[in-house]
Amino acid sequence: MRVADKGLIDRSRPVRFLFDGTAYDGFAGDTLASALLANDVRLVGRSFKYHRPRGILTAGSEEPNALVTVGRGAGAEPNVRATVQEIHAGLEARSQNRWPNLSLDVMAINDLAAPFLGAGFYYKTFMWPSQFWEKLYEPVIRRAAGLGALSGRNNPDKYERAYAFCDLLVIGAGPAGLMAALLAARAGADVILADEDSRMGGRLLAETDEIDGKPGAAWVDAVLAELGALDNVRLMSRTTVTGAYDSGTFGALERVGHHVAARPATLPLETFWRIVAKRSILASGALERPVAFRNNDRPGIMTAGAVRAYLNRWGVAPGQKVTVFGNTDDIHRTAHDLLAAGVHVAGVIDSRHDAPDSSDFRVFKGAMVSNSSGRRGLDSITIRSVAGEDRLATDCLAMSGGWNPTVHLSCHMNGRPVWREDILAFVPAADTVPGTAVAGACNGAFSTAACLREGAQAATAALQALDRAVPDVPLPHSEDAPYRIAPLWAVPGRGRAWLDFQNDVCVKDVKQAAQENFRSVEHMKRYTTQGMATDQGKNSNVAALAILADATGRSIPGTGTTTFRPPFSPVSIAAMGAEAQGKGFAPERFTTSHAASVERNAPMIEAGLWYRPSYFPAPGETTWRQSCDREVGMVRNSVGICDVSTLGKIDIQGPDAAALLDFVYANTFSTLKVGRTRYGLMLREDGHVMDDGTTARLGEHHFLMTTTTAAAGQVMRHLDFAHQGLRPDLDVAMTSVTEQWAQFAITGPKSRELLNGLLDAELTDADWPFMACGAVSVAGVDGRLFRISFSGEHAYELAVPSRYGDSLFRTLVARAETMGGGAYGMEALNVLRIEKGFITHAEIHGRTTAFDIGMERMVASGKDCIGKTMSRREGLSGAQREQLVGLKPVGAVRQLSAGAYLFQADDDPVRVNEQGYVTSVAYSPTLGQMLALAFLKDGRARHGQKIRMVDHLRELDALCEVVDPVFFDPDGGRARG
Amino acid sequence: MRIICPICGARDRREYYYQGDAVALQRPAPDAGEAAWDAYLHLRDNPAGVTRDLWYHEAGCGSWVVVTRNTVTHEVQDTVLAAPVNADNAP
Repeated sequence: MRVADKGLIDRSRPVRFLFDGTAYDGFAGDTLASALLANDVRLVGRSFKYHRPRGILTAGSEEPNALVTVGRGAGAEPNVRATVQEIHAGLEARSQNRWPNLSLDVMAINDLAAPFLGAGFYYKTFMWPSQFWEKLYEPVIRRAAGLGALSGRNNPDKYERAYAFCDLLVIGAGPAGLMAALLAARAGADVILADEDSRMGGRLLAETDEIDGKPGAAWVDAVLAELGALDNVRLMSRTTVTGAYDSGTFGALERVGHHVAARPATLPLETFWRIVAKRSILASGALERPVAFRNNDRPGIMTAGAVRAYLNRWGVAPGQKVTVFGNTDDIHRTAHDLLAAGVHVAGVIDSRHDAPDSSDFRVFKGAMVSNSSGRRGLDSITIRSVAGEDRLATDCLAMSGGWNPTVHLSCHMNGRPVWREDILAFVPAADTVPGTAVAGACNGAFSTAACLREGAQAATAALQALDRAVPDVPLPHSEDAPYRIAPLWAVPGRGRAWLDFQNDVCVKDVKQAAQENFRSVEHMKRYTTQGMATDQGKNSNVAALAILADATGRSIPGTGTTTFRPPFSPVSIAAMGAEAQGKGFAPERFTTSHAASVERNAPMIEAGLWYRPSYFPAPGETTWRQSCDREVGMVRNSVGICDVSTLGKIDIQGPDAAALLDFVYANTFSTLKVGRTRYGLMLREDGHVMDDGTTARLGEHHFLMTTTTAAAGQVMRHLDFAHQGLRPDLDVAMTSVTEQWAQFAITGPKSRELLNGLLDAELTDADWPFMACGAVSVAGVDGRLFRISFSGEHAYELAVPSRYGDSLFRTLVARAETMGGGAYGMEALNVLRIEKGFITHAEIHGRTTAFDIGMERMVASGKDCIGKTMSRREGLSGAQREQLVGLKPVGAVRQLSAGAYLFQADDDPVRVNEQGYVTSVAYSPTLGQMLALAFLKDGRARHGQKIRMVDHLRELDALCEVVDPVFFDPDGGRARG
Repeated sequence: MRIICPICGARDRREYYYQGDAVALQRPAPDAGEAAWDAYLHLRDNPAGVTRDLWYHEAGCGSWVVVTRNTVTHEVQDTVLAAPVNADNAP
């Protein structure tokens, strides 16, 4: 019911929204919860386990009951707290966990079965037969219990991530946070003030307290106006700081689009922030605790602070005949506020015998509420006092068991809160998050004056730590009432008294856990599921602890708290993974020939982040093998073009460049002549092969190293480490130039002929022998030419600055096509190198040594290099090693497969008989059969022998002959000629 | 966690590649013997407390940095470039 002339809502802007298909009216500034209460909707959900009717318990993000699904279709969002969701035109919300509808929920039968559904019931009940758990019990339980469900479809909503840096982060914009931000802002510090609410002000918006003689909200407006006008202040409302991490880093979730009607597609729904702050102030306030009594979960029973918030901030009376129950002076404010607004107060039940008197309403001193009744909502309570039990008609009970400081963030870095007996609550221990101070209600300071004072003190300390002058800001005048509280956790009696409303955990469950010896708080939590719902027990953990302490005969601090972990309130996976879905997860790297390759219908395959053409289909070709075989023949007989730009290129310069190469390569480079290229083998320090590639000496002090595509990043790191970490004495500098040069292989007997029509100067074999390198000019563009070959053919690699790559590739392919050649892709490249026995990372996979691949003689004896000492270790060479060999099928089965294992022909193909394994296979159109590269025990001594290849997965069993890994042109005459 | 790169300043740890114990800077002589090489390559302490690690500012300047930090509190106590640390390690 709306109360006239109260609240901070904008009554000039009505808003119509839907709840469970019914249209309701609210105002701008309403949350879904306040608007539903204004429309006298009390029943908003069903509980998790017992399907009990539930209403709105709180007015903040700690809400356990009022969870709804917002929106329709793929982007429908379940478990939205009605107390957080602002209403807007077109908002469509639905209740959850009920069927067929909210008021008639057939699963409410669970509530009658409650005696069987207590703590640990499923551990005890669904023990056997064991296979029934997965097939029957779990699906049935999951259907019966639960919250909202995702649509199961791709989320179309946009989420973003963002980063911010500041001198001072103030978490929470209540009186303490606002005062701290004001002081720091006036000192000129870069300030971020973050608050989870849509409107800053904290409890000042929910109470009638005055500051400097003005309403609290007016003071808030004035402070926000000043802060908002300053360039050094960023005000972040709707932004929940969700976690405190190392080095002043905080995670924060901003609700950007949830409150926007007709949200444009460009507007993100949420933004996940990473905020780095030199200093921070935690002013997160406090959360009110309910009291556990029989049937305390009925719609209409709310926390007292929430009742005041709905009345004072939203102009809503949650009932017409309100009762108040609690153990602090604080609750009496609730009665006074209601009376002042013209709402009838049926009575105040204060558990303390020394409760204050009132002439305005009836006070039951030393009394407790022991039960409630009403169908789908409260209609009366039972009051128990020394005089006996009495029933009192009421449609809203405002209850309070005291306040818990919101210590969560102070505990995210392993801090444990400390117990304060005077306020019966935990407060943050000092310095639990480096650089973070705690102020206000979060620190146990519950009066407005104390909050303002502590906010100013925390800001002063932060400014001093930041070496900034502290401005003189007088503290405004405000209420400074003492906080008086007596213990009241649970009202004794029969029946179920709820602690954790969201997970349906009752007082008797905690007592049962203690009785069954789950006495540790962490054990009790897991046995009962207390605090394990999405609200993480914000309303209930401390009361559960108190009951466990009582049941086990310990003190509350002696019982200890469970661990507070991020996030403070739920963060959607979509927000945490913002911009990391799809291509954002794996960015695409394109070569300069990408567009031309796609135009030629080449299927592009991933090579790390790169995309490379698999093959270039010619008209009429229907399978990849047809294209691949043609491309191999093209290279062997005329000329082929292949983009090799993805190989890592590292430019190395300086007087000691050769010395560094001698140190990182197993073989020697200081002896390489200028204008020549050499194959190099790189070892890890443990003696195994790391990578290989060619390095060209472009000048006396200038080398260009190529790495494999896969290891480009690793080799760059390795070179920097070898230089900076191990040989800082060497005068050398290097940088990756992979992206700067486009490089193409021109491969085949007609390669020189092709280039001779293209390069500005004539190529001759005398000037450009095998492994030569040097500068060339291509249509006036300075390029580099390398006479190297990964196919065994007479071949070159031509490099030009990347901006010419697309043009050069098209030109090369066009010229090749006039000569009976053309472009070739990765499949043909792989066949060509297997025919020649050239290795890739399929062979140098991290467990092979130079000896294994037949290159142990490359480990030069006259110098030290990385990996040399350990490569000489016993066990890294010798007959017991699996050595690189070639395989050809000789039996009835002519099919070979990579990953298959090798066995003696008459052995059982089982693990203990394993002789080696196959690393690469290809059908060789050149030789007309399948070929394989493999590692075989003592393989080099076994050429000519037969070996059995078994692929257990593909069910292949082929007899092979062991041969030299170089299948084609073993003396290399084609490449040199 | 944020690590101060001696060249670039404080940066998020995601800009760095983590290598491991800074003992990697103390490379034994080729003839130091199996025990020394075994210790250099394979034997690592796993302290709950202060460690000296090597981090590579891969998404930044390409510096190798020796980071002294506490594995319990995650506090980064000191960062220096690897190169000067090892300037006298040259053969």
